[in-house]
Amino acid sequence: MALITDYLVQGSQMLLLLLLAPLLTGLIRAFKAQLLRRRGPSPLQPYRDLSKLLRKEVILADSASWLFRVAPYLIFAAIWVAASLVPTFASGLLFNWTADLIAIVALLGTARFFLALAGLDVGTSFGGIGSSREMMIASLAEPAMLMMVFTLSLLAGTTELSAVARFMLTADVGLRVSLGLALIALMMVAIAENARVPVDNPATHLELTMVHEAMVLEYSGRHLALIELAASLKLLLYLSLLGCIFAPWGMATAGDGFWAYLLGVAIYLGKLALGGLLLAVFETSIAKMRVFRVDQFMGAALMLGLLGTLLLFVSRSL
Amino acid sequence: MNATSVLLSILNAGQPVAEHRPWLRAVVTSEIWNALIQGLAEGTWTLLGLWGEAGIVHLAAYEAPINPPGASRLPPLPKEGWGDFIVASLPCPDGQFPSVARLHPPAQRLERTIADLVGLRPVGAADPRPWLDHGRWPVVHPLGTVTPRTDPQPPYLFLTAEGEGLHQIPVGPVHAGIIEPGHFRFTANGEAVVRLEQRLGYVHKGIESLLIGATLERAARLIGRVSGDSTVAYALAFARAVEAATETVVPTRAHWLRALMAELERLANHCGDIGAICNDAAFALMLAHCAVLREQVLRASAACFGHRLLMDCIIPGGVVADLPTDGVKILRALVADIRRQFPPLIDLYDNTASLQDRTVNTGFVKPSLIKQFGCGGTIGRAGGRAFDARRDPGYPPYDQLEFETPVLTESDVNARIWLRIHEVEQSLALIDQILERLPSGAVRGELNRLDQPGEGMALVEGFRGDILVWLRLAADGTVARCHPRDPSWFQWPLLEAAIENNIVADFPLCNKSFNGSYSGHDL
Repeated sequence: MALITDYLVQGSQMLLLLLLAPLLTGLIRAFKAQLLRRRGPSPLQPYRDLSKLLRKEVILADSASWLFRVAPYLIFAAIWVAASLVPTFASGLLFNWTADLIAIVALLGTARFFLALAGLDVGTSFGGIGSSREMMIASLAEPAMLMMVFTLSLLAGTTELSAVARFMLTADVGLRVSLGLALIALMMVAIAENARVPVDNPATHLELTMVHEAMVLEYSGRHLALIELAASLKLLLYLSLLGCIFAPWGMATAGDGFWAYLLGVAIYLGKLALGGLLLAVFETSIAKMRVFRVDQFMGAALMLGLLGTLLLFVSRSL
Repeated sequence: MNATSVLLSILNAGQPVAEHRPWLRAVVTSEIWNALIQGLAEGTWTLLGLWGEAGIVHLAAYEAPINPPGASRLPPLPKEGWGDFIVASLPCPDGQFPSVARLHPPAQRLERTIADLVGLRPVGAADPRPWLDHGRWPVVHPLGTVTPRTDPQPPYLFLTAEGEGLHQIPVGPVHAGIIEPGHFRFTANGEAVVRLEQRLGYVHKGIESLLIGATLERAARLIGRVSGDSTVAYALAFARAVEAATETVVPTRAHWLRALMAELERLANHCGDIGAICNDAAFALMLAHCAVLREQVLRASAACFGHRLLMDCIIPGGVVADLPTDGVKILRALVADIRRQFPPLIDLYDNTASLQDRTVNTGFVKPSLIKQFGCGGTIGRAGGRAFDARRDPGYPPYDQLEFETPVLTESDVNARIWLRIHEVEQSLALIDQILERLPSGAVRGELNRLDQPGEGMALVEGFRGDILVWLRLAADGTVARCHPRDPSWFQWPLLEAAIENNIVADFPLCNKSFNGSYSGHDL
């Protein structure tokens, strides 16, 4: 019986993520529109876009190989699994014990690998530009993410997220420089990984400046729907990760019962809305950086992560 | 005008055409033609336009004065007072003429256009490829001896670049955004641009052919649609050329209202451009605020003149309608509104470090190139070339108004934004003065002498730069030939130079800071 409940809770968490992801994207767009004094579309617009794309015919380039057709499913699956590994409204769910932060990084890396391959597959120049820029960013973002993971695991003694979240709630964490550095590094990585301003511009129509959008320019129909949904899920994943590690308050624990879960969901939604608002404000107040400045930006994230880890070796209290 | 200028004395050796006004046009020999090319190549004169009709090519040139009126921060130039404007016409009985571009590259695209449209061949030209003719018209030489197309055009060869790791990036003509079509062929090494080559002509509408035989009314409407964002400037240039050809005197109030419309157009476009450039650096906040300003100008324009873009408001002989009784009040409120909202936006631009990081030093154009190409407008003035058609040749009522021609020397994207900011301030001041001192009286008059042939020419400062309109009227009062020359002709080639040493991802920013017209260029 307990196992069935566990499965049910875990299953509902995965479904919740899937349902919430477009809303988060829509909400950020709505916030941005308000900040720009525009009315903007409703936050539900991404759902309509997805349902439209799912019903549309898939147009494939003549030069597209099987990889191009398979990639959207792989990308979507990898990111959905990665997202369901992050504790959201409750920690200690079934899947949380099966994989840790390093697995999440690896799953995201896999998704990126296939997306970059798909960008190159059709052979258009924009796909190639997008893939090469994406790889340049990733080559620094991934190590930065791993350094952040090391900082956490040195502190918490584990790379498993539920345990990290519980550790962060204990009183002996206190204010630590290394955690501050890790937080900044994770935020920088999150901005780069999710193709947000100032690294990339999710709203641009300028094909020469695109990174993520350039790779998916050739996709249409249900393929594009999956990629868009995966991108929304990834954003949700990073916000959940930030919430789970650096603001784990109000999270239910496995086996707490229905009402505790419901409260956990409400608090989780509040965290997401706040995160979305902060992201919208940040994106509105900054211009996109020159492509060649991105490596400095990501290099800074890497150095912050490294510094956070090193500080722990110098002093246990930092 | 100074009759002793070198340009005029050279041209006087040819046969002056009596009915051409207000400047000298002379039919010249190939010796004079070659002397002109030499002078253009040496930088003594500036090429203003090059166009053809069956059996003859025309070249418009300009000799700058020493101290252009109103701009004191400039290097000295050869002559004092106002500059001289001329048109030299070379008959080409054997269908060819000595190439100007052979020594003076700015003429290159114009010559290729002449070869496409009229069928006159530039002898000695380095680049014999077609320009506007993409092989998709049913005829060849639509402005010369029209003949049906028989052979398909050979494939267009782009210029090559050789080196290890170079690859080509074709962009357009259909873009991801809703903008005009143009093809850009980048040769890049990774992100670094080695060469950019443009291919334009996708929006060729055959406006010059349509103008032949058109009544003045129809021609004015056509000219107002050459490039929609500069409709006031084009209509004004056309009206002034017709009035020059017919020696018509326009009521004073009409001049002032025309200037009012021209400044409103400049204001609207500059506001839009400042925001759009920032938006290309993903700083949408600036676009949102600037779009509000632009919209306010458009609404005030609609309330005062009945059209948001002021299309078809200026006609030969005056303006279509007077300001309504509350017009002055509406425009005063508009100016006050913009004066209140604009300075915080300038501060926002100036204080956003991430934005400055994108614009400063990006898209630098050498001032020597700007001078060579006679590039006008914001691009020219942001690169030290102080030419402003409102001062030189100058036209009423600007001679009675106080304004500055802002000039910068940095010649990068940032300078182009600042120049637009300064020009917005100047336009606001001009609108203020016009509203203050608007003379009363009629707003349109009858055209003189429509039963006689005549030729006229005008140079007008649009928001993009100096627009040249040259025309010949037939004895029945219709247009025999009319050539509008967009400022973009001398700006597009410089974009190819601006992107050198930049990265591919910075091209949209450079391009938007130029904001060249596709439609006005493709005709």
